[in-house]
Amino acid sequence: MTATSAHATARALIAEDEPLLAAGLQADLAALWPALQVVASVGDGASAVQQTLALQPDVCFLDIRMPGSSGMEAALALVEDWPDTPGAAAFPLLVFVTAYDQYALQAFEAQAVDYLVKPLDRPRLAACVQRLQARLAERLPAPAPARAASAADTALQQTLAQLRALLGAAGVAAGAPAPRLEVVQAQTGTLVHLVPVADVVYFEAADKYVRVVTAEREHLIRTSLRELLPQLDPQVFWQVHRGTVVQARCIRTARREDSGKVTLTLAGRPETLTASRLYAHLFKGM
Amino acid sequence: MTSTTPSFALPAAPATALAACLGRLRKRLGRTTLVMVLLCTGIALLLNAFDLLGLGTKLVYSFCIGGCCWLLNEAGTLLQAAASDMLRRRRGLPMSPNGFDIGWRGKIWPTLACVALGPLVGMALGDSITGLQSPRLWELGASTSRITLVITVLGSIITISAISSMERLASARAQAEAAQRLASETQLRLLQSQLEPHMLFNTLANLRVLIGLDATRAQAMLDHLIAFLRATLQASRAGEHPLASEFERIADYLALMAVRMGPRLQTQLHLPDDLRALPVPPLLLQPLVENSIQHGLEPQVAGGRLQVAARRDGHTLVLTVRDTGVGCSPDSQRAPSPAAAADRAARGRPAAGFGLQGTRERLQTLYGQRASLQLAAADDSDGGTLATLRLPIAATSPQARRPLP
Repeated sequence: MTATSAHATARALIAEDEPLLAAGLQADLAALWPALQVVASVGDGASAVQQTLALQPDVCFLDIRMPGSSGMEAALALVEDWPDTPGAAAFPLLVFVTAYDQYALQAFEAQAVDYLVKPLDRPRLAACVQRLQARLAERLPAPAPARAASAADTALQQTLAQLRALLGAAGVAAGAPAPRLEVVQAQTGTLVHLVPVADVVYFEAADKYVRVVTAEREHLIRTSLRELLPQLDPQVFWQVHRGTVVQARCIRTARREDSGKVTLTLAGRPETLTASRLYAHLFKGM
Repeated sequence: MTSTTPSFALPAAPATALAACLGRLRKRLGRTTLVMVLLCTGIALLLNAFDLLGLGTKLVYSFCIGGCCWLLNEAGTLLQAAASDMLRRRRGLPMSPNGFDIGWRGKIWPTLACVALGPLVGMALGDSITGLQSPRLWELGASTSRITLVITVLGSIITISAISSMERLASARAQAEAAQRLASETQLRLLQSQLEPHMLFNTLANLRVLIGLDATRAQAMLDHLIAFLRATLQASRAGEHPLASEFERIADYLALMAVRMGPRLQTQLHLPDDLRALPVPPLLLQPLVENSIQHGLEPQVAGGRLQVAARRDGHTLVLTVRDTGVGCSPDSQRAPSPAAAADRAARGRPAAGFGLQGTRERLQTLYGQRASLQLAAADDSDGGTLATLRLPIAATSPQARRPLP
């Protein structure tokens, strides 16, 4: 893989739910960056994650507001699920696209993640393309696998830091927190179990449900983790993965793995949990 | 402000409702006391012409009788108001705007009580203050007894009619203020929701692309956008427009959304010819259609179908907006839970506030109990949500023609 050939085969994914806008972006990119090959154009967040993991493009243009899951959620999922085997492809450069999301825009400006505002104007898109080309060029002079892996790692680390900051900004933007949940009401048939939140070891997202796990047993509740989160005290319940929220006092040990993930053992439960890269920074010695 | 707060609305916020109630009571007592004092002084001065006793004694008796009448009437009115508010609440009707609006029927027994008991109790009270022994009413000569009775009845009638006309005035003013405030709020919120930046900029972004691809389609899209913007800005001025215009504005909006969402959005509009001319408040359906798109169809990966239809049901105009979107639980009425609202804010989506709340308020102001808006899960296998709006046809034109709502 030489610099020129790699440059020639720079690959991009576009995630945009409005077909005309997707076509428009693709046409503008074709004019400004003829060497860029758009390998996939998808219309929702879940497909964006799936296709990005499958095709491993160099650049992803993610619309913020999409059906299913948002561009932000797609980015978080990518960071968590990006393969970490030695020699794996570098984490894609992310460019967020939005029409009008005040809070998100402020966060992007602060974090210097690249973002574009719709309607896209040519000069702004050209500047973005130059920046992307420069960033991709930085990666190339390192053909040795070890150095490539370290470059990939830097890209991932940068994105991690940016997304963490964005998550924090989104939390602030959400404003007043919802009332704290005291008791979880889990229904099985005609019976409703009242589970004090203080007894919950962890919550785990399972499709359209959330598993509520206590030391003794577990329940299923018909809600999403996303709706549940604002009702939990973030000091008491730590999100350690996009699908897992664990009560901090129930965590016994945290072991950092080579992949950057952290394995947690629990008090009162035999199983272990995995904290993703995004939340690994929560666990460090005092 | 206090006059528009529903009285005795204790469940909502007991402390504030109680404070509002006491504030209103204080206002009313202040007014009625003033009337009572003026009237009693007047009567005492009037009686002075007959020159039976000293002016001081006359004042004492006048105030005793007048005060008793006042007390009886106030207590009666208060009880009556409390009872009628409780009744309203049980029937699910809105509270009276100033809390003491009990109608002329409600005033009968407080008036009777004050005419019958006022003089008796008042004279006994006067006796105990002055140490005099007035003759009992039934022991008086025919003429004196008649004078006392006539004065009491006249006094009561004057007082009560003065108080109730003051009340009517206050209540009318409060209603006018509330209507005015609602009108400006509705106008503002309507504008905000129509000119929602996300919608506007996305539409412009589509237009920008379309200009390069297909100039004719771009022009058509621009025409729809212009008609849509003009309707939005004019809706704040026109009192009503024909149902056909309402459907045209919805068609404009849907044409914009069809370009944006592509094959993900299918739409059907159904308006029978004999209903085209019926007058309706402008952009009444619009927020419901937007609600269906923004919270029903846009979040759904596969998109879906939107149907807007009008039909006649006796003397009722029935307008329905139906989507096959993500749906809502009937009790939540798509009004977001605090957690969902926070989550929406975090994800940069506006809350589903205006669509339903604003429409309900407009209906209430324009038609009172004669119109209704229901939101329910659609009951066929396609899922989604069905909004049903019912307006009276005989008087589809609103009772009071206000510019807005």
